[in-house]
Amino acid sequence: MSVLTVLVRRDLLLAWRQGGGTGTALGFFLTVVVLLPLGIGPDQILLQRIAPGALWIALLLSVLLSADRIFQADYEDGSLEQMTLGPASLEIIIIAKAFAHWLSAGLPLAIAAPALGFLLNLDPGLILPLGGAMIIGSLALSLLASLGAAATVGLRRGGMLVSLLILPLYVPALIFGVSASTASQAGPDISAPSLLILIAIVLVALVTVPLAAAAALRAYLR
Amino acid sequence: MRMQRFANPARFVRLQRIILPWVSGAAVILFVVGLYLALFAAPPDYQQGETVRIMFVHVPAAWLALMIYTVMALSSGIAIVFRHPLADVAAKAAAPIGAAFTFLALATGSMWGKPMWGTWWVWDARLTSMFVLFLLYLGYIAIWQAIDDPRRAARIAAVVALVGFINVPIIKFSVEWWNSLHQPASVFRADGPAIHSSILTPLLVMAVAYTLLYVALHLIAIRSELVKHRIRQIELARAGTT
Repeated sequence: MSVLTVLVRRDLLLAWRQGGGTGTALGFFLTVVVLLPLGIGPDQILLQRIAPGALWIALLLSVLLSADRIFQADYEDGSLEQMTLGPASLEIIIIAKAFAHWLSAGLPLAIAAPALGFLLNLDPGLILPLGGAMIIGSLALSLLASLGAAATVGLRRGGMLVSLLILPLYVPALIFGVSASTASQAGPDISAPSLLILIAIVLVALVTVPLAAAAALRAYLR
Repeated sequence: MRMQRFANPARFVRLQRIILPWVSGAAVILFVVGLYLALFAAPPDYQQGETVRIMFVHVPAAWLALMIYTVMALSSGIAIVFRHPLADVAAKAAAPIGAAFTFLALATGSMWGKPMWGTWWVWDARLTSMFVLFLLYLGYIAIWQAIDDPRRAARIAAVVALVGFINVPIIKFSVEWWNSLHQPASVFRADGPAIHSSILTPLLVMAVAYTLLYVALHLIAIRSELVKHRIRQIELARAGTT
């Protein structure tokens, strides 16, 4: 397990010292949230109704935007190959990198999102459920993003391809994430079971993504 | 070890030459019979009127869309485990056909939805998951196009296909898990089909016709993939000698 912590620390240090990563993602997030009311008009009631979904979509896009840096740099300078020579299996390396990506991109965005919700007239009662669902859901987003990054790591024009590959897989997390963060607007309250399904999605991703991403990375490292 | 015999591309091509005329001939005959039964012989529905005939082209297309993805995922799994080159080719050749059937199911469903539900499209579970299936097909095709090295592309595409397979059971059971505008399955049920035989017979004939059409298209597509590969090898060899 020490390999895991070492890798997570290394990635976090790199993200922190290089700068840009977290800050850019946050800036992108802010831009999307600001552009939205400009695009659909400043109707407060409408904004309040779509705020949770809009924040989730902004989170999705921001996480996806930072996906290609999960493996790209390490693949290009050869350190990924060095890591595979070490004692840790490729699957563990992928879990570490996805976790570091979550700490440096998903988590800050999930914490900032409810605060930015004020720009969208978010119902104050939703701040806690939205933040909680986003913190959990962004784990699944980071894991799936690392799968997309692994599948396209050796490609020069991988960015658009990652979106095409990964956005369909984001659909379940998006659906249950939004319904977990909106307490009953109409009909019975399904936020609690939705949160459980969201956790299930995270757990399934935690098991399947490292295997699939490792298979994809091995095709590039051969 | 029995299965390995069919992994030989040369044997496959010989087999394909024998099977293909029969399959395509049967497909044509069944399409003629099935379309006659569906468009003329079958009675109009007491509620839906003549629009019920859209079902005969819509339902088989949706079944095929799911089945082809299953075939694709199965071939991808075989390709990853046993490293059969033919399995990679089969999966690659299936993708555009599957995407076409998915599009057909979405388009005909949309045309059926307009008179019946009053809208071209609703974002409910069945329609959304079917649309996601279409996107998965596109992503799979894009992988093959983006990666130059065919062996590497095959590996990555197989991984992508297997991960996307999670969506297939979600589509199948979406109408039972969620309250959907789309009706639940009425043919494959534990207590027998819930459709009258005057509708069921044309539907099944059309389903077999669609399946044979798919088999014929897939055989042709695999064959042309193999030929493409062979041409490339010949060109490389020629470029090497001169």
